[in-house]
Parts: sequence; structure tokens; C-alpha cells
Amino acid sequence: MNRNTNHLNKLIMLDLDQWQEILATIRKNKLRTFLTGFSVAWGIFMLVILLGSGNGLAKGVMYNFSDAKNSIWMGGGRTSMAHNGLNAGRNIEFTNEDLRILDNRYSSIENLSARQHVNSDAISYKNNYGVFNVVAVHPEHLVIENVKLMTGRLLNKLDIKEYRKVAIIGSAMKDQLFKEEDPVGKYVKLNGISFKVVGVFDDVHEGETKRMYIPISIAQKTFISKNRVGAITFTGGDASVEETNAMIEEIRTTLAKKHNFDPEDQRAMWSWNALEEYQQMNALFKGINLFVLIIGIFTIIAGIVGVSNIMLIVVKERTKEIGVRKALGARPGSIIWMIIQESILITSVAGYIGLALGVLLLEGITKAMPATQYFRNPGINFTVAILATLMIVLAGIIAGYIPARKAANIQPVVALHDE
Amino acid sequence: MIRLEKIHKSYVTGNNSLHALKGIDLNIEAGELVAIVGSSGSGKSTLLNVIGILDNYDKGNYYLDDKLVKGLSEKKAAWYRNRMIGFVFQSFNLISFKNAMENVALPLYYQGVNRKKRNLIAMEYLDEMGLVEWAEHLPSELSGGQKQRVAIARSLIANPKIILADEPTGALDSQTSFEVMEVFQKVNRKGITVIIVTHEKDISERTDRIIKLTDGMIEQEYKPLKQTHYA
Repeated sequence: MNRNTNHLNKLIMLDLDQWQEILATIRKNKLRTFLTGFSVAWGIFMLVILLGSGNGLAKGVMYNFSDAKNSIWMGGGRTSMAHNGLNAGRNIEFTNEDLRILDNRYSSIENLSARQHVNSDAISYKNNYGVFNVVAVHPEHLVIENVKLMTGRLLNKLDIKEYRKVAIIGSAMKDQLFKEEDPVGKYVKLNGISFKVVGVFDDVHEGETKRMYIPISIAQKTFISKNRVGAITFTGGDASVEETNAMIEEIRTTLAKKHNFDPEDQRAMWSWNALEEYQQMNALFKGINLFVLIIGIFTIIAGIVGVSNIMLIVVKERTKEIGVRKALGARPGSIIWMIIQESILITSVAGYIGLALGVLLLEGITKAMPATQYFRNPGINFTVAILATLMIVLAGIIAGYIPARKAANIQPVVALHDE
Repeated sequence: MIRLEKIHKSYVTGNNSLHALKGIDLNIEAGELVAIVGSSGSGKSTLLNVIGILDNYDKGNYYLDDKLVKGLSEKKAAWYRNRMIGFVFQSFNLISFKNAMENVALPLYYQGVNRKKRNLIAMEYLDEMGLVEWAEHLPSELSGGQKQRVAIARSLIANPKIILADEPTGALDSQTSFEVMEVFQKVNRKGITVIIVTHEKDISERTDRIIKLTDGMIEQEYKPLKQTHYA
């Protein structure tokens, strides 16, 4: 019974004698222990820094993917192939009719909308002028652009239906034209026509806050030829990249028939699948993370080899002592455990120091460095930290195992040898 | 207690083979105080290793307490060393970072006795050796004689049937040597078999029986000329 509890104690490392012995050997060889631990601490530190930086890079770049990730954009171009007796070089322009066809034919299409740039002179409010982007859209397009409403309201279906001369403006545009004033309800002048500002929005992309959205219907009536929709944009729901790409091809065939161009003519119609790009980026960062992980693991392996080496020396130095212990009745198992415990202790403490320093440095970088387009909030998540901890302990066991086997194989006869 | 039948033991290093024990027949009864003597290279240390199960042998049979000791597993050998045999070494072999009490208690640690209890028992044995006030001292703070008495206390704590001592006085001056021998005699009077390997004549003469080894064989066995036991 006694022996069982003792075993249990040893297993959960509560055995005071074991600790005392480990600490005693460590105390006797401070420099050596420090150097050993340093290699492990350094390995973990590097792993944390690398993983954290990889995360920061991914977060920075992915932050730009703030728009709807499953959006699909397409628009007319200029034909490059003769088709059905028509010459190459015709301009293809999509219309309200095309939108209707898509809407009727594809039930999986969401947020279907037009998007047309409007050429404009400087836009003015009172005595303030500025040149801004004017984009005529359906309200659904604002979902694709993922704009954040700050004050007022966004565009709605009634605005389209009633040809309202309303606009929502970006935060930068508001700052430039209205300063501290509340723009909602005020009128801005666009190409000589007054548009009532109904809302102010913000966008993750700074450039897009110098922008004004107006309903497509009024734009068609006043600025651009009737029916023209410019680009067609929509989202594909939960469809996969393959499914959305297939859908794009299908739409191409449909529109080619209607507009009389060769479906193989890539110049006649362009398309862009955000999901594909998003997933490529995701794959890229997964690749980077894997790469970083591999480098980190090899760094740690170097650390393990270091600890293992030192432990071999320790075992060699303690040969006589281990022989004496065996002569006094130590079982091979208890000797193995003694060495492995020391190894675990060194790697754990050192590993934790490395982990803590790495996390601290990343925190410092986050605080000191403003987020950029390519780098944002470096850090490692909790799971990674837990995994790293487990890895450290595992590393300790691995590092200790070979020296421990060697120790267990020491013959008790050495106790009788004179030094 | 100990019965050796035609024990052979060779050390092989590379192509060379050293025949260290060439057929040892030996009987040691319980409660004997025996000295094994011989010149260096005579095989006396090898014999002690075999008796102490620190090393195995090639041929023959070794019975310890009527049980055949042959081809034991490491675990089983550890059990025998722990429960049956107490070792005393020439260079004391105390663990340098443990104090006297902890050193004495070590064999009980390997029996799984808890710390409090084994330290208490260790103190009793230190008391017997007259070293109670040195219990908290590290080996480096003890004299040679004190160290050896700590080592003897350690060899006794597990209540072994046999004490094996390898040149226990080799590192001590003659006065201290005699004191240590007196301790062994005292231990022996309690009924514990004591086997001492020595090359010192005045040590071997304080035992009951002397076994002289030459070139791996028992050359002669004799009683010491004068009994130095005191009343």
C-alpha cells in the first residue's frame, strides 16, 4: 500500500526526495543547467515569435478581405473574336434586362446588384469642394462592400423605385465637405444636381471612404445611358469555389447568347471570384504557418539534442552515484525516472521562460507598432500555447530518455571502483 | 547462509579473457565474521561482487539463504541487494548532496518507506553509531571514520542478513580502522553475517575466519592466530 502511494507520488512528481535531488544536481551545475535550458528556451522563443509573426502577417493581409468573401463580379468588355457575322471590337454592355435574367434563372444568387461608376466634376457642399468617387448601385451592393453605417441610413429599395436623388457618403468625404457638421439631410451638388445625404458610412479600406453611393435608377436617368448597369455583382451563398466558378461559366454562356459574343471570348466579358482569391490567400497563409511550424520544430529539436547531450554528461558524471544507488537496491525504473524528471524540469522551466518572453515580445510589438496593411496584432492563440507546453514536456521526456536508459544500464559494480 | 559451488567468472575485453575466479567452493554460515584476503588481482573483489549480486558469474551455483541466485532480472537483483545485503565501501560512497540522515535512509527510500518514517529509523541507527549530532551534516563535513560509520548505518538500516564490506578501512588511519572494526564486530554479535574484503593483516586477524585467495582460487582457509575479540 505504502509502495503504491509512493509510486503515485513519483508519477505526479510530488516526491520531495526526487525534487531535492534534482535541485541539488542543478544547483551544483548552474552554468551547465543554464546553457542547457537556454537552448530550449531559445527554441520555444523562436517558435512563438515565428508563429506570432506569421499570424500577424495573415491577420494584416486578411483584414483587407473585409468585403463579402463570396462575392462575384462581372462586366462587359470589348469583343476580341468575330462571332455570328459580327466583327470583333464591339463593346458589350450589361443592362437591367441581364440582371433580371440572372435573378430569374439562378435561385442561389444573393445580393444581386449593379455597380456603375459615374463621371463627376468636383462635388460641393456650400463652399467646400472635393473630387470623389461616385458609384451608382443597388442597395444590395452595400452588403458586398460591407460598409458600416455611422449615421443616418443606407440606400434602400424605395430609393431605387422612386428615383430618389439621395446619397450616402464615406467618412473621409464627410470630414472633407462637412467638417463637424451633421451631413444627414443636407444636400451636395453632383454635376449640377443636388443629392440629399441620407447617411454616412465607414469602410475598412480607407480609400473607399472617399466615396459616395447613389441609387442606380437615378444615375441611369440622369448621368448614364438608360438600362446600363456597368458591373454585375452578387454573392454565391455557401457555394464552393468550384460551384461558383461553374456558375460563372454558365452565366457567361447565357449572356454570350444574349449579347451575341463567343463564350470563349475572354475579352468580351470579365469576371472575378472573390472566394477563389480568399481561399488562395488562406491556403498561402496556411502554407506559411506550416513552414514556420517546421522551422520552429527543428529549432526545438536542436534544443532537445542539446539537453540530451548535457544529460548524457550528467549521467556520466553521476555514474558512481547511480552505481551506489543500484547497490543499495534502486530498481532500473527508478533510475530512469530520476533522469527523465530532471530533464523534464529543465526543459519545462526553460521552455516556459521562452514561451513567456516570446508572448511578451509579441504583446510589446502589438502595442508599439500600429497595424498596417501587412501586419496586424501578432500573437499566438491559447491552443498553440497549450500545445507548446505539452511539446516542452514531451521534449523533456525525449531528451531524457536516452541518457536515462544509459543510466539504468550502469552496473552497480562501479560503486566498488575507486575514484 | 552463503554457498558457492564451483563458481567461475571471466572478464572478456576484446580478444583477451581474464579468468578471475577459477572454481570457488565456499560455505559461510549465518552469523560468521569472515575476512577475504589476497593480493591485488587475486579475485577477491570479483568474489565480493558475485556474493553481493553486483555482478553475475559464468559457471557454478550460488545459493544465498538457500535460494539459487542465477540469471536474476535487474528488478529481482535490486530486491536482493536492498533486502538481503548491506554494502560498505572503501570510499564510503555517501551521496554528497544528502546529509548523514538522508544517506542512511536511502535504502528505505527504495523500499517505498515514507520520508518521515525512514528518517526516524535513520536517526536510531545514527544514534547507535554515536552520530546523532552529525545527522544534519553533509558528508563533506564529516571525518573519514564518521563517514564510514554513516555508511555502516546505511548498510544496516534495511535489516540485511549479510554485510559485505570492500576494504572498509582502506581509506582510514589505523586508530580509526580499529574503531570501525569494532563496529563490525558489534554488528556481527547481533547475528548478522559480515564478510570483509581486506588486504590488511591486522584487520583480517580480527575476524573468525580468513579465506585467502590466490589467482582466482582459494589457497587456504584458516582461523586467525589470536582472537582479538574483547569481552
